[in-house]
Amino acid sequence: MITGNQLSYAYGTQAVVDNVSLATSPGRVLGLIGPNGSGKTTLLRLLSGSLKPQTGAVHIDDEPLETLSPREIARQLSVVVQESDAETTITVGEMVLLGRTPYLKPFARTRLSDHRIATEALQRVGVAHLGHRAFTSLSGGERQRVLIARALAQQGHHLLLDEPTNHLDIRYQHEILNLVRGLGVTTLVVLHDLNLAAQYCDELIMLEYGRVAATGTPDQVLQPDLIHRVYGIHAQRHQLADRLQLSFTLQADPALTAPQKGLPT
Amino acid sequence: MDTYQVVDQHRADTGTTHTDDVLGVKRQRRRTVTWIIALVAATVLSLILGIAIGAVYVPPEQVVGILGHRLLGTAEGAWTEATEAIVWDVRFPRVLLGLSVGAGLALCGMALQAMVRNMLADPYLLGINSGASSGAAAAILFGAGAGLGEHALQGSAFLGALAASVLLYSIARSGGRVTSVRLLLSGVTVGYALYALTSFLIFASGSAEGARSVMFWLLGSLSLAGWGTPLLTVVLVTAFTAAVLTLFGRSVDVLAIGDETSHTLGISPEKLRTILLILVALCIGVLVSASGSIGFVGLVVPHLARRAVGSTHSRAFPVAALMGGVLLIWADLVARTLLAPQEIPIGILTAMVGAPFLLVLIRRLHSNP
Repeated sequence: MITGNQLSYAYGTQAVVDNVSLATSPGRVLGLIGPNGSGKTTLLRLLSGSLKPQTGAVHIDDEPLETLSPREIARQLSVVVQESDAETTITVGEMVLLGRTPYLKPFARTRLSDHRIATEALQRVGVAHLGHRAFTSLSGGERQRVLIARALAQQGHHLLLDEPTNHLDIRYQHEILNLVRGLGVTTLVVLHDLNLAAQYCDELIMLEYGRVAATGTPDQVLQPDLIHRVYGIHAQRHQLADRLQLSFTLQADPALTAPQKGLPT
Repeated sequence: MDTYQVVDQHRADTGTTHTDDVLGVKRQRRRTVTWIIALVAATVLSLILGIAIGAVYVPPEQVVGILGHRLLGTAEGAWTEATEAIVWDVRFPRVLLGLSVGAGLALCGMALQAMVRNMLADPYLLGINSGASSGAAAAILFGAGAGLGEHALQGSAFLGALAASVLLYSIARSGGRVTSVRLLLSGVTVGYALYALTSFLIFASGSAEGARSVMFWLLGSLSLAGWGTPLLTVVLVTAFTAAVLTLFGRSVDVLAIGDETSHTLGISPEKLRTILLILVALCIGVLVSASGSIGFVGLVVPHLARRAVGSTHSRAFPVAALMGGVLLIWADLVARTLLAPQEIPIGILTAMVGAPFLLVLIRRLHSNP
């Protein structure tokens, strides 16, 4: 379990994360949503230890993050981030094997067991046939799978994903999130798309100007009035058989004036 | 089509997965072993031929005999003292210097390409060679470093390189964190400032002959080779750099992907970049003070090495070092024989071969990774 207690972080005087507390639940998917600049990625960096919170503390399974070495953190948390300038000639197999780095002494070679773990990770995300290919020759969806495989090879108990569906075709978006859900790992995922968040997350935290605007199940958090306040857009809720679906309009849609659940009339 | 391609093709055709070597690691290890064996053989051959060929031809068997006699104490053969002097005192140190400088440049180029995540980075990116040039110009034109005796030029150049390194390091660290962009900008700043200083020294001396000597040195040359402290330093520092970089291989792999990724895999990118910066700056300083700025080796060879054995740095570093060494031995051979008795600055040759080669590599880089 990762817990963040009253975390704050500011770039200069600009508070980006402001007094945020959260906790993941074992085996469940926690979604982090909010508009651009609401502090989602910064919060993820605070939780993964790549930024130090200015106030507050992060605990991983009740151990304070600052008492753990970077290698120890990397063995507990598997983080999937976007690197914008991936000008690399590395192959898929090499990329996934790098997930074993936190377990290897700096000068040690990879062992047979590392190869086995990396191979299994690649098979688990369904791209074992791409092992020999150059990473940069893959499509966006394939790359994302490989990065998730690397995170699996890291064998952390927690998976942190920063917008894993970014720049992906709609089918790949669903494939990736379906895959993540099926892993059964405690997961924290930053998402832009509210419908994807509704469909694939057990719980949501909505951020607004670095503060928690709402937290709870997708049904509790994704309220039209809250969405309007935080995102500045009108949302309509459509209850499908198994989940919630949202549609959006810039102006309040007169055709949808029928009273909706949660919308003050 | 080699065996691996055939197997790959077969697998692609039948749709089966590579259950035996999903990661492609075994295949790359086999490739690396093959390349290393071939390159070690090429290095030995190049050493012998590099010594044999020149203004006076020495038969290779005599070269081997003389080297064996001097190094291992084997029996003396039927060669003259003059031949032994040519082989042992003139050509062997020169070929050894070429081997070390080529290897060192390739290693530093590869490390820098990973550190700043740019395939076009080369060892002169950091501006350390400009510091060495200023030192060399001061020695040639104004007799600086006369107290260093016969190695005044190399000594003065090394002091210049050291000053440039300290300057670079303090600028790069001034923001607290050594990021790749900061490293690039610091290098460019130091390089231009010291280039201006060198130009000013040439201008202020008013000596045409001196200016020509400085120019020759700037273009790179192995003609200063001889037994002594500079050669020994180059050999030792290059060997040390090769060992450390190869051992740090996996960390360099991670750093080459990105700072965020490094953090998530438990490696501090700033710390690692600082360690590598000190190592690489020292190595480049030693290399350029012994041989001037020999261009393109440090830029092109890393690409060749990665194409041969892939991007895993623990494998690519030794391969790049051997490739760079062999390449420079042959470039020097051509430089001193093509227009004999005139010697062409070796930097001109490496640039002439390197530039078109680089173009081809860049074109292939994206089409066929």
